[in-house]
Amino acid sequence: MKKIQFSEWGISSPRYWGLLAFLAAVAGIGGLAALYMEHHGHWVTGMTNQVVWGTPHIFAVFLIVAASGALNVASVGSVFGKKLYKPLAPLSGLLAVALLLGGLMVLVLDLGRPDRLIVAMTYYNFKSIFAWNIILYTGFMAVVLVYLFTMMERKMNAYSKPVGVFAFVWRLILTTGTGSIFGFLVAREAYNSALLAPMFIVMSFVFGTAIYILVLMYAFRADGRPLGDVVVFRLKNLLGVFIAGMLYFTLVYHITNLYITENHEFVAFVLRDGGIFTAAFWLGHMLVGGLIPLVIIYHPVLGQSRQWIAGACALVLVGGLANMYLIIIGGQAFPMSLFPGMTIIESGFYDGVNGLPAAYSPSIPELLLGLGGVAVALLLTTVGIRMLRFLPASLADEVADPHGGKTAAAH
Amino acid sequence: MFGMVTRRLLAGLLAGALVALAGNAGAGADWKQTGNAKATKLEQCVRPTPEIRRNHMALLKHQRDVTVHEGVRKTPDALAGCIDCHVNKDPQGKPVPVDSQGQFCSSCHAFAAVQLDCFQCHSTVPTGR
Amino acid sequence: MNTEPTDAGRREFIGKAAAATAVAVAPGVLLHAAAEAAPRGEPVTSKVRWGMLIDTTKCADGCRACVDACDKENGLDLQTRPEGEDAGKWNQQRAIWIRKVKVRDNLTGRVTGLPVMCQHCEFPPCVDVCPTGASFRRADGIVMVDRHICIGCRYCMMACPYKARSFIHEAVEEKLTHAPRGKGCVESCNFCVHRLDNGRTTTACQDACAKDGHAAIVFGDLRDPGSPVAKALAQHQSNQIRPELKLNTGVRYHGL
Repeated sequence: MKKIQFSEWGISSPRYWGLLAFLAAVAGIGGLAALYMEHHGHWVTGMTNQVVWGTPHIFAVFLIVAASGALNVASVGSVFGKKLYKPLAPLSGLLAVALLLGGLMVLVLDLGRPDRLIVAMTYYNFKSIFAWNIILYTGFMAVVLVYLFTMMERKMNAYSKPVGVFAFVWRLILTTGTGSIFGFLVAREAYNSALLAPMFIVMSFVFGTAIYILVLMYAFRADGRPLGDVVVFRLKNLLGVFIAGMLYFTLVYHITNLYITENHEFVAFVLRDGGIFTAAFWLGHMLVGGLIPLVIIYHPVLGQSRQWIAGACALVLVGGLANMYLIIIGGQAFPMSLFPGMTIIESGFYDGVNGLPAAYSPSIPELLLGLGGVAVALLLTTVGIRMLRFLPASLADEVADPHGGKTAAAH
Repeated sequence: MFGMVTRRLLAGLLAGALVALAGNAGAGADWKQTGNAKATKLEQCVRPTPEIRRNHMALLKHQRDVTVHEGVRKTPDALAGCIDCHVNKDPQGKPVPVDSQGQFCSSCHAFAAVQLDCFQCHSTVPTGR
Repeated sequence: MNTEPTDAGRREFIGKAAAATAVAVAPGVLLHAAAEAAPRGEPVTSKVRWGMLIDTTKCADGCRACVDACDKENGLDLQTRPEGEDAGKWNQQRAIWIRKVKVRDNLTGRVTGLPVMCQHCEFPPCVDVCPTGASFRRADGIVMVDRHICIGCRYCMMACPYKARSFIHEAVEEKLTHAPRGKGCVESCNFCVHRLDNGRTTTACQDACAKDGHAAIVFGDLRDPGSPVAKALAQHQSNQIRPELKLNTGVRYHGL
């Protein structure tokens, strides 16, 4: 395997600035939306006292989970010693930091009192997983920056394995923390499960790898850099394994709930009676986010085509957002089981009268804020690959394949 | 570019302008509240005036924790007490919000350019109810 | 007819005794009144645990006395729908600290009405999840939000098993001195803590229910065996809502 050179992203100046301008505009609009929500108060959003977390949280959790998973590509190289992944590592680290920053930005801007962020950083309740997450998220960024330093500064390369292992463990703890935000809640049937933490870890692998593949393919194609099949097929197969893992967790989650009689109404809600939530599950999560990409990836013809692979990655992300919607909104909309064995026939506070789920419709400011976070993440990535040497100059088979181009022939 | 004399002259003018501006501001060491508030008839605040001027934010911040977490309400440092004493009444006898323009709080806070966070939640007039 | 001269000595004795009694009793009466109205000077301790027993058999159908009283006491009736907001959505966003709920048993069809508010758990999930510690349990058992450090993340609202909390979605123009509330923070029933801290021992909902003649709500110190609530709990069967969560709530229900 030849030594791989890294270089700055070389697309033409007008294209680069055009892309930056577009992303900056979306991010700016997101910021204005946040200002609008903070100034008037959350009444301008679709969030209520029944559904307290809405579209911004869907995007924020999605981005944070994806950020942790995006680092996985680097981890496979540093921690598990797979040589093919080593040149892919710097971009992986950059994406991880960028996605996390985008997600955190959305989360912080949606607070009822974002001006009190300094309070959040100085008053700690260490029994709260949220408080731990504040430390885990900011620490993660610091760890990844150090990790990137060890990768990109030649004299520090010897340290990239120990730092990589540290980053890998930190990442697992972080995603466990994110899943536990929901997993620790006894109040709601949708949550209250130890399964949510590992489920979020697998989801992070799925989202992170899909985003990585898309960014890699776009960046290389825009700049005319060669990207061989060896790398692309390895990554897509990895994605396939992770999707299968995610579907496994979904299966275990629902089958376990089916065994628990008191959770039967909830399972019926997700799988059959939930209207838009049922659609989000079957259509969004299972079909678009799971089975269809899985079929494409392992199909003998479609799985060899770049366009189809990119399409599968995009579908995975759409399905992922649908799953986030199901978990976050659906979990809140499902009526809380205050009086088991009884039906609530009247309530002054929308307690799921006659089993009616809480209503929620996303509002424009929430959506703009969420998209703004995505734009910030992409903006940081764009600037990063342009200013610094994150991208390998070539990932052609002869260069990237640790077996000297022979793996491609074996396919 | 500027000779020594000119530089000194300019420095002196600048200093003089700043002093003049400071002197013209609403709050100075001798400033006293005017109006029909209870405070206007009293010699000093719950603590000596220079002390409370400098430390009222720290006193309030400490007291808020004591009141909320420990339930202690018998204290000279309560925000409601400040408002009770310093609120002016309009000609109809209705209390004027204590943080509105020209009233007690903003007479210093506008000059010092320190934003007041209290009244997003706390009432600006004694409501008695 | 008795023509004996009245015994000045006996009269004098009775007069002195009456005066002595008055002197002995009067300060007690005055002190009691003073203690009732006095703001607390010492920090609360866990010697007191505030709690409530709600007798659902006495809770009247269609009655909203407790809800209206709570709204009035805490300034919730001063909430105004923001201009341009849809009325239906506003109803889902306005703060509610206590609500009436009517339930029907799936097997027997028996209907029960009850007010539901923050249950003031001994092990509150909302306190566990608050990142800044703003949601806290006071030494005397009241679970409340320190709105000076609340950042408005709403995690406590996700965590509450009784859906008891409200988020303030709009700028609050009118608020009461004894019940500060503002945009962006979370709030819930605090057992009328402003009353308790100033020496009173009843909540607004309890007073209103009693005034309306139902007396379904009994509030008081759970640790004092002589308090009305302790006596009522000793007399009547009671249980918690969602007892399997083992949160040891301060609010108990009879007839549920």
